[in-house]
Amino acid sequence: MNAERSAPRVLLYVSALLGLLLSVLPLPHVLEWLRPDFLLLIVIWFALMAPRAGGLLFAFVAGLALDAFRGVVLGQHAFAFVVVAYLVHRFHLRIRMKPLLQQSALVFALLLLYQALLWWIDGVTGHPVNSGARWLPLVTGTLLWPVLTGFLGRFQTRA
Amino acid sequence: MALLREPGARYAPARSSALGVKAIVLGLVAITLMVVDHREQHLKSVRSALALAAYPFQVAAHSPGAAWEWLKGTFATRNALVEENRRLKLHDWRNDLRLMRLEAVEQENLRLRKLVDAAPRAGDRAMLAGILRVDLDPFRHRVILDRGANAGVTKGQAVVDGDGVFGQVTNVGPYSSEVILLSDLSHAIPVQISRNGLRTIAQGTGDEEARTLTLPYLPRNADVKKDDVLLTSGLGGVFPRGYPVARVTDVKRDPSQPLAIVTAEPYAALARDNEVLLVWFTPPPELAPAAAAASTPDAAKPGAPEATAKPAAAATRTAADTPKPVAAKPTTAPRAPAQERPR
Repeated sequence: MNAERSAPRVLLYVSALLGLLLSVLPLPHVLEWLRPDFLLLIVIWFALMAPRAGGLLFAFVAGLALDAFRGVVLGQHAFAFVVVAYLVHRFHLRIRMKPLLQQSALVFALLLLYQALLWWIDGVTGHPVNSGARWLPLVTGTLLWPVLTGFLGRFQTRA
Repeated sequence: MALLREPGARYAPARSSALGVKAIVLGLVAITLMVVDHREQHLKSVRSALALAAYPFQVAAHSPGAAWEWLKGTFATRNALVEENRRLKLHDWRNDLRLMRLEAVEQENLRLRKLVDAAPRAGDRAMLAGILRVDLDPFRHRVILDRGANAGVTKGQAVVDGDGVFGQVTNVGPYSSEVILLSDLSHAIPVQISRNGLRTIAQGTGDEEARTLTLPYLPRNADVKKDDVLLTSGLGGVFPRGYPVARVTDVKRDPSQPLAIVTAEPYAALARDNEVLLVWFTPPPELAPAAAAASTPDAAKPGAPEATAKPAAAATRTAADTPKPVAAKPTTAPRAPAQERPR
């Protein structure tokens, strides 16, 4: 049991740190708009596949870290992360069974919810960003999901 | 797809209520954090600690770009260096010439101010700071500097580059600080048209290229023209007076609108700079009583002679000594509400 739980933990920390790094890595100006929400996708994956190791607390801490990195109001990403992670965790058994295409569609819906929450909090705190560009990461994030599941799944079977 | 065999996975339905409670608790904590951070500004120490934790990541993210710059510098051709050297020498020579004139004007200004019994303006002090190549929220115009509280940076401090005003410090960590650019949607700066001294406020628009400011509070008949130069007016006490801010690029006067639609382009290369200057300055004496009111309530009595003397002395010390976070406090105190629009 210990071996079984320690493997995803290491994977959890490594991928969370990588996700954070990828979310601040400087990109050329055009690509910046397309940057998928790496950290959120990682949070979704862990809530789906290893909800014990990467549960709500992990989502909260990851979100808070992103808040600190982006210099936005503290708790914004943490809140959105917790909401998304809760939904995934609540239905993780059902979502796991879905074929990849349906899973990707669900991930798109989750990303949409996440971005809508951020948009709403932006508006409430007086930073309304109504540019259409803020919805672009939804597309790239959804496209990234199969790649991410394939990649993280490799480590998982070995555990 | 291989599933992870987890000890608790089978009992998920039974734990769902506990999960709901946990989600609600964490959600409430997040909302409380947002409210406290947004309304009260009590989380200064928390923010500073988070900035410290984020610093290694930011340096890590910054390093590939920095390494590339270093490589480019190392393998720059001799011709390019000679060319650059020539250009910089010319620049230096021109600046020297301008400085000579400026010194004479400054002396004259000092004499004139003495004649009219105004307090002389203290000199500003500046420090070079590098911008970390870190992408923050693409919709907010913020950058991270590699100087923080360790170098005496304080919240609300003015930041300029070689061409004009750049922005102001919004958050200070131990080794890094966050700066909001002039062009951010939530930034406003008190300015003055150099041609006629007309005072107004220039706001950022949040445009992608960071090249547009608006002057939303000028009446239709205001005396403003294309190519007018906007300088900092020094009101609000955040920015030192007389620094170039922007050039008016367009003035539209719609007869059906009471206000003119004026846009301006900042002088500072907001989107391209690698290095900026942090400025320490003495707030003008007419703003000093506000500092006294903020720090010592009893000194703010109208007519009390110390009320103006005290903060001025404190501020002069700030400018003269090496910067200490505590001593630099008075500079941030007389901050007008117009400086950063309420979020």
